[in-house]
Amino acid sequence: MKEKYLINARIIDPKNDLDEIGGLIIDTKGLIKAVGKKVSNGNLPSSVDKIDLKKQVLIPGLVDMRVFIGEPGYEYKENFRTLSNAALSGGVTSVVSMPNTSPAIDNVSMVDFLKRRGRDKSKINIFPAATLTKDTQGRQMTEFGLLNRKGIIAFTDGTKTIQDPEVMSRIMNFASQSNSLIMQHAEDNILSKDGLINEGEISTRLGLKGIPFLAEKIIVERDLSFLEEYFCRYHISQISSKKTVSVIKKAKKEGKIFTTGVSINNLSLNENDIGDFKTFLKLSPPLRTEKDRQSLVESINDGTIDVIVSDHKPQDEESKRLTFAQAATGASGIETLLPLALELFHNKSVGLKKLIASITSNPAKILNINKGNLDMGTDADLCVFDIDKPWVVDKGKLKSKSKNTPIENRKLQGQVQKTFVKGELAYENL
Amino acid sequence: MAIIKKLKAVKINQNHLLGIQDLSFSQVSEILNQAKTFITLNKSSSKKTDILRGKTQINLFFEPSTRTQSSFELAGKRLGADVMSMNIVNSAIKKGETLIDTAMTLNAMHPDIIVIRHQDSGAPNLLSQKVNCAVINAGDGRREHPTQALLDALTIINRRGKIEGLKIAICGDILHSRVARSNIYLMNMLGAEINVVAPKTLLPHSIERLGVKSFTDMKKGLDDCDIVMMLRLQNERMHGSFLPSAREYYEFFGLTPDKLNLAKKNALIMHPGPMNRGVEIDTNLADDINRSVIREQVELGVAIRMACLKIYCKKN
Repeated sequence: MKEKYLINARIIDPKNDLDEIGGLIIDTKGLIKAVGKKVSNGNLPSSVDKIDLKKQVLIPGLVDMRVFIGEPGYEYKENFRTLSNAALSGGVTSVVSMPNTSPAIDNVSMVDFLKRRGRDKSKINIFPAATLTKDTQGRQMTEFGLLNRKGIIAFTDGTKTIQDPEVMSRIMNFASQSNSLIMQHAEDNILSKDGLINEGEISTRLGLKGIPFLAEKIIVERDLSFLEEYFCRYHISQISSKKTVSVIKKAKKEGKIFTTGVSINNLSLNENDIGDFKTFLKLSPPLRTEKDRQSLVESINDGTIDVIVSDHKPQDEESKRLTFAQAATGASGIETLLPLALELFHNKSVGLKKLIASITSNPAKILNINKGNLDMGTDADLCVFDIDKPWVVDKGKLKSKSKNTPIENRKLQGQVQKTFVKGELAYENL
Repeated sequence: MAIIKKLKAVKINQNHLLGIQDLSFSQVSEILNQAKTFITLNKSSSKKTDILRGKTQINLFFEPSTRTQSSFELAGKRLGADVMSMNIVNSAIKKGETLIDTAMTLNAMHPDIIVIRHQDSGAPNLLSQKVNCAVINAGDGRREHPTQALLDALTIINRRGKIEGLKIAICGDILHSRVARSNIYLMNMLGAEINVVAPKTLLPHSIERLGVKSFTDMKKGLDDCDIVMMLRLQNERMHGSFLPSAREYYEFFGLTPDKLNLAKKNALIMHPGPMNRGVEIDTNLADDINRSVIREQVELGVAIRMACLKIYCKKN
């Protein structure tokens, strides 16, 4: 590989508190050799080819902590190749894949399969998560230690919650000895049983069974109580309600150490968007009220919530073209994560650096991986975007195999122009 | 018809009757006025007309139903339409075919109107997006049962002359009731004051936002009411986590003569049926011809459905 010289960019690297006009040099091994304002046209020899980024923003490649791929078992929804293309067009260079596959990722041999497929078929970095319990049944815990050795960096039952308090307390107790990261999807199964959307006026009007905010809150409260006794690396995958935000704020004030994520969907949409039974907005956790949404946005700003995820859940058209009760849950979103997040910057809800930290350095820190930063000597995983470019979401143009975007026809401001993985230009918006 | 055309620009579901929520006051008036003309016809010796001759009506019932299905069937036949009733509960369609596929199959047979009942809220809306004919909602999940509310309105108007200014109590399992929701929208639109009365576990979240007052005490809820509308309490709700027992429910929420005494002296009793005598309503009250208009509701139901079939068939 030849050295590459990127110049004239606005470089934002939250980890190193960097926000300046400058350039970046990628060495022959695809690593970052130099970064910052000293890398400029004037300081570089005139003989080399330079890529002029014309004041576009250069940030570390995004790290998305919650992505469903579909291999094995659901290849018709998404495979490694299509996911990789979708991720790159959204500036995402590292993903944590959810283990809700068929069969589930709950043993060492499955991890080998996944890593091999991921390496062969995708261009991005795939960090598979394994399940917390065998076949996500919520009973017998998986081999945290052995899976850790195989390179599993996080454990979660993905779309399922560990319901049994005894099992959860033992998981947290046991996981602490291998220093494993536990990620909980917080939703009480019994309170949310058959629930379809947020419980409230809209659920009453649409005649759909509601999911009360309490279903989320009591699991978070329970787990945080366990955390006092069984300290481990604990992460709440995504939260959706204002009441949960209060619980988290209080616990953080008391000095409890844990982290929290939120889906970009819950930051950008609310229950009113469901309108006339739009199944593409059937999500878990559900979209809640505008007040809940505002509270979540505020939590990004004040640091109560650490991470924004795409919660990319591809669903084929057939599984969405059903009545609301029968339709599958989840939305495709990895391609629109950054542009949709930028909406929060453009409408002055969240500062740019804070926003970018929540999709780069913060998730990397929680996962304990050397990604999401522009440190010298690390892989040149980069995302270059035009912060102002207007465009309209068109599901026909999405790279993901499934087209279940919840924001079809939405006007967005800001678009990814180039994505580099390990120094190679892996995507360019032409 | 000129008014209807003008409304077309603002309303979305003009060609279908999916719920009271989509209707305007003038549309409701049109249906009620049309139904009135059919009341006399239904009492005469020759009940058949040829208004819908040559039209095909398909009844698509995914949930068991006796009175609504037979009411729609009779209504279609009296208007001269060819009526086909598909009982999905026992049919092959239930074995895995999606609602959209069923819709496409039926659509290929060129029906003029489809009447659908489905256990999932919003199913008629989905169906209406996929077929070329008019869709009439005969009850979807917990959402709406528009023709039931319309026939209730017609029954009240028939007895009281108007709805405006009346005080109506809707009592029972509001949470799971599409009849309650449709009636709340319709009676509100027609100017009534509405109380809902139910145990807290059977009241939906934010029900007051629909424009009603809610009560958990039957005595307060029935106070000074002109109409007492009782809802059916489904068997499966009597036990388990909603209610301790049918006995406790009847004691506090069943309609008995002493509770009814709190309403206006001439208050009417209504019930969409089928009734659980001794659970939500005292059996003698249900049969009291001076107070109960339950059988009249069934009778006028046919007229309402004839009106809806006639109006919506024409629109397509």
